[in-house]
Amino acid sequence: MLGYYLRLAWLGLRRTPAISALMVAAIGLGIGATTTTLTVHHLMSANPIAARNAVLRAVTIDGWDPNHPWEERRPWLPPPELTWRDATAIAAAHVADRAVVMRKTAFTLEPEPGKKPFLVEARLTTREFFPMFAVPFAYGGGWDERADAAGEPVVVLSRRTNERAFGGIDSTGRHLRLDSRDYRIAGVLGEWTPTPKFYDLNNGDFDDAEDVFVPLALGQQLELTPTGNTNCWKPEVLNAVRDLYGSECIWHQLWVEVGDPGKAARFAEYLDGYVRTQQSLGRLPRRLNNQLYTPAAWLERFEVVGRDSRILLWLSVAFLSVCVLNVVGLLLSRFLGAAGATALRRALGASRGDVFRQHLVEAGLVGALAGLLGLVLGWAGLRGMRALNSSFDRLTHLDTAMVGAAIALAVLAALLAGLYPAWRVCRVQPATYLKTQ
Amino acid sequence: MLEMQHLTKVYRTDRLETHALRDFGLSVLEGEFVAVTGPSGSGKTTFLNIAGLLEDFDGGSYRLDGVDVRGLGDDARARIRNQKIGFIFQGFNLIPDLDVADNVEVPLRYRGLDARERRRRIERALELVGLASRARHLPAQLSGGQQQRVAIARALAGEPRFLLADEPTGNLDSLMARQIMELLEEINRQGTTIVLVTHDTELAHRARREVRVVDGEVQAPPRPAPRDAALA
Repeated sequence: MLGYYLRLAWLGLRRTPAISALMVAAIGLGIGATTTTLTVHHLMSANPIAARNAVLRAVTIDGWDPNHPWEERRPWLPPPELTWRDATAIAAAHVADRAVVMRKTAFTLEPEPGKKPFLVEARLTTREFFPMFAVPFAYGGGWDERADAAGEPVVVLSRRTNERAFGGIDSTGRHLRLDSRDYRIAGVLGEWTPTPKFYDLNNGDFDDAEDVFVPLALGQQLELTPTGNTNCWKPEVLNAVRDLYGSECIWHQLWVEVGDPGKAARFAEYLDGYVRTQQSLGRLPRRLNNQLYTPAAWLERFEVVGRDSRILLWLSVAFLSVCVLNVVGLLLSRFLGAAGATALRRALGASRGDVFRQHLVEAGLVGALAGLLGLVLGWAGLRGMRALNSSFDRLTHLDTAMVGAAIALAVLAALLAGLYPAWRVCRVQPATYLKTQ
Repeated sequence: MLEMQHLTKVYRTDRLETHALRDFGLSVLEGEFVAVTGPSGSGKTTFLNIAGLLEDFDGGSYRLDGVDVRGLGDDARARIRNQKIGFIFQGFNLIPDLDVADNVEVPLRYRGLDARERRRRIERALELVGLASRARHLPAQLSGGQQQRVAIARALAGEPRFLLADEPTGNLDSLMARQIMELLEEINRQGTTIVLVTHDTELAHRARREVRVVDGEVQAPPRPAPRDAALA
């Protein structure tokens, strides 16, 4: 009977085009607004490394000013970055299965002669970055332990950079000039756009991953200027990049991989011991406050999903509810306007259940059409957001899940709106209407 | 086929009670063609609504095809309407968006018949009323007489045990009215019981039996028709 009901629904909607258009527009607007905010919220609140959530930990220790917490609003939080010496010492202890120390810098990339040089963002990191964060490679791979230790000039390119510098070919083994030095290309990444950029939320939660990746040791050898956050609390002489390495400034991120809860507990124990040892040496003056964050907890700590985004989402849901309430009235008017035909169907043998289902299908069809309109409006809304702020680029794409969710939400909203009108019309007394037909 | 005894029906408002039927009694045998006549407000339509299970009654008993319908649930009443009763209304009551075949199909849809059987019954009913060639026309493209024939085809498609016709020629000119009556007589000759409600005495006289309703009561005793003897 579903096909029959759908046909009747379509005929019914065509019979009253103005009311039908109003209903589709009302729900479509609500869905458009909800789709826009839901898409942003959905992408903001996604955990792009969910599959590895159980084994990855962002490592923090409280190496900040003894007189002031890192964050006045949340004084219990340790700072999100570490000093060079702490980050590298903890990683070198090999207590965790894997560890990666990293920071940001930038290079001028000099492509082949005849092409203009351009600025690229770079991540100075250790080789474990790629397997720990499940980074896909299109060509080649990361570098080896020796390159890490010696600071060999090797580089991994993002897909976009390889496209720009080499036209997208397999460039592994070739050389790339960065800041007038040649780097051997070890690998080229596949499509990799972790959103949010979970591994470094200090600068731009929704920025793209870096353009190039080079061994961390090169940063020290070449005194590469940090472009990420560098925060210092202690009065120290800091005349050059080299001075940062021995300072109490925090400017490195440290992540570890712990394969099971036992290892996680052992690592936490080790970390406590490390901090206590440093305290006994006169460093890390604040009380012991080590925190290990899973990627999900890390995203939460950085409040990646902003309060504004949540409020906007609830406002759009409230708007959709108002639209649905309006559609209740319109559907009631539409269904009772055709009560004569319903009375006739009842007289000819339709049960109340048949009538109820028939009208719910009509409401569902309104929802499906409104869902399509809502997607168009939602897409336009996202385009508008992108036009307003380019940093929303990565957040303003409708994915398949959101398209499905928008249609499903529209149908659900319309079905909810149709419940009362369908119930009312299925209680129509046939005798009342048949004589006046 | 249809047996009503001491039926009462009262419509109540806050201030007023209207006795639409009082001690109403009527028996219709299988194969009969009974005309129910009476002035406006006499209770004819109330009788028809109760007979067609479109309305409940307050007192008395009503057996339809051997089934006591008092206290039946809404779904059971809908099922009986669908399987045993064919309705023909004064205003035709066709659904304007549906073509002729789809209008005839309506009761069959609620019978759960497969598409092939529905198609067979639609074709047969339309042939019977002489509108097989108009199956894909919309009601608005037909004359009043043709629309009433479609309504008759719809009533017949379900192969009901009896037809309830409410002023079936009320909206038609005399020529078309005669054609419709001839069609009903033919249907009755083929064995379908018909109860016709009308205020047209000429039409009523063409039925085998005439029952007059005044003030909610059956007034005159049944008038035996010549053909009743054949049924006995």
